[in-house]
Amino acid sequence: MSTEATSTESFTDSHVLDPAATTLSQDAISAEITDIHAAYRQSVVDGAKAETQPRIDFAPYRSSLLRHPTKNLHHADPETIELHSPAFGERDVHALEADLTIQHNGEPIGERIVVAGRVLDGDGRPVAGQLVEIWQANAAGRYIHKRDQHPAPIDPNFTGVGRAITGPNGEYSFTTIKPAPYPWKNHHNAWRPAHIHFSLFGTDFTQRMITQMYFPGDPLFSLDPIYQAITDADARARLVATYDHSITSHEWATGYNWDIVLTGSNRTWMEDEEGDH
Amino acid sequence: MTQASNTQAPALKLAPTPGQTIGPFYGYALPFDKDNELVNQARPGAVRLHGVVTDGAGTPIPDALLEIWQADEAGNIVARDGSLVRDGYTFTGWGRTAVDNVGHYTFTTLNPGATEEGKAPFIMLTVFARGLLNRLFTRIYLPEDTAALANDPLLASLDEAGRKTLVATREADGSLRFDISLQGEGETVFLSYPRES
Repeated sequence: MSTEATSTESFTDSHVLDPAATTLSQDAISAEITDIHAAYRQSVVDGAKAETQPRIDFAPYRSSLLRHPTKNLHHADPETIELHSPAFGERDVHALEADLTIQHNGEPIGERIVVAGRVLDGDGRPVAGQLVEIWQANAAGRYIHKRDQHPAPIDPNFTGVGRAITGPNGEYSFTTIKPAPYPWKNHHNAWRPAHIHFSLFGTDFTQRMITQMYFPGDPLFSLDPIYQAITDADARARLVATYDHSITSHEWATGYNWDIVLTGSNRTWMEDEEGDH
Repeated sequence: MTQASNTQAPALKLAPTPGQTIGPFYGYALPFDKDNELVNQARPGAVRLHGVVTDGAGTPIPDALLEIWQADEAGNIVARDGSLVRDGYTFTGWGRTAVDNVGHYTFTTLNPGATEEGKAPFIMLTVFARGLLNRLFTRIYLPEDTAALANDPLLASLDEAGRKTLVATREADGSLRFDISLQGEGETVFLSYPRES
């Protein structure tokens, strides 16, 4: 796999598959995923705690092989700067940046959707006034990125980048176009389920996260080693938005709801502890 | 491997949403003008923080995104907006940068001060990359205050090889050098915190 990181990449023909990758079939990748998931389920039966995050060591996602630490994460008691987060506000983000369909002169092509929800911390408290950033492919499965050479059309009216600052109840809402699945080079005939990338901040910087939101019922879920790197079925389901007719608007856009839960704030309970003494 | 610590941390009420890799296509979305300039290079006290991100083969990786978060020179933790629209005067304490084609990154920032008397000053670092399924956290300690470093609880809980990976090197021109090894030789110590699940 080191060849992937070291090979010189040609932007003009990079849609030509890596010959090493093409030798791997979907069946081979799927079999690896099935084995890891079976071992995980057995470990839960044997008393292990349910996992909530993806494995960072997950071989079916071939790019991860040389990019995951081999040592366990080292426990740190958070202190000072780790108990706070950078501040963002109206100075940083204009309200119109949450509408990805009005960034050019014309209407983008595709299915107009609204994705709305709340950002909460692990105690259920809303994360208010924080930055949410999204990026995504267009309705044909193409990113505006020089490294994306998937031969699907670029939409001159769609960039696929949005930002928002959460409201007082942690709420956010983006208007965009439903992205399409797209091929990638993990193995032969590999396709990513349609997704929107989300970048999130909490009240402590230890809550910082980047993830991907998926759409309900995607037939590619079971085949995708990035999504399946989350071994726990309940945890995987937390990345799938829900169709929500109350977000759908008359003759305008269909609506999806997706709430995001960050890890727990350490500042609040540590302050509470100090207050007790 | 993990230390028994903070066992009093209360359990989460809600299950956290899983992370996913940043993927290869963040480059048109997350970087912004002056994202890595926490201060202007001309400001007195401006310091270059730089290094290389490498994989398990020792090869620099060209598609990682880093963020730092830190106190100011006096050790104050600031809460000022404006990071995304840098005015060149306001220190917000937060910055972001994508590595270049040879895995190298640069921030222009300030040496953080000790947030409490006797504490070893450090910069918090987050690593995102294609091929990395979830973000990684670590600390970049300043090398100067050796007494504070010797008393630091996190550094004290590591062996010498691990400790070395978290302390930056001061270069002759005043720059801070901090390389990040995701795997293998000189693997950087990455951190977990209470209340992650």
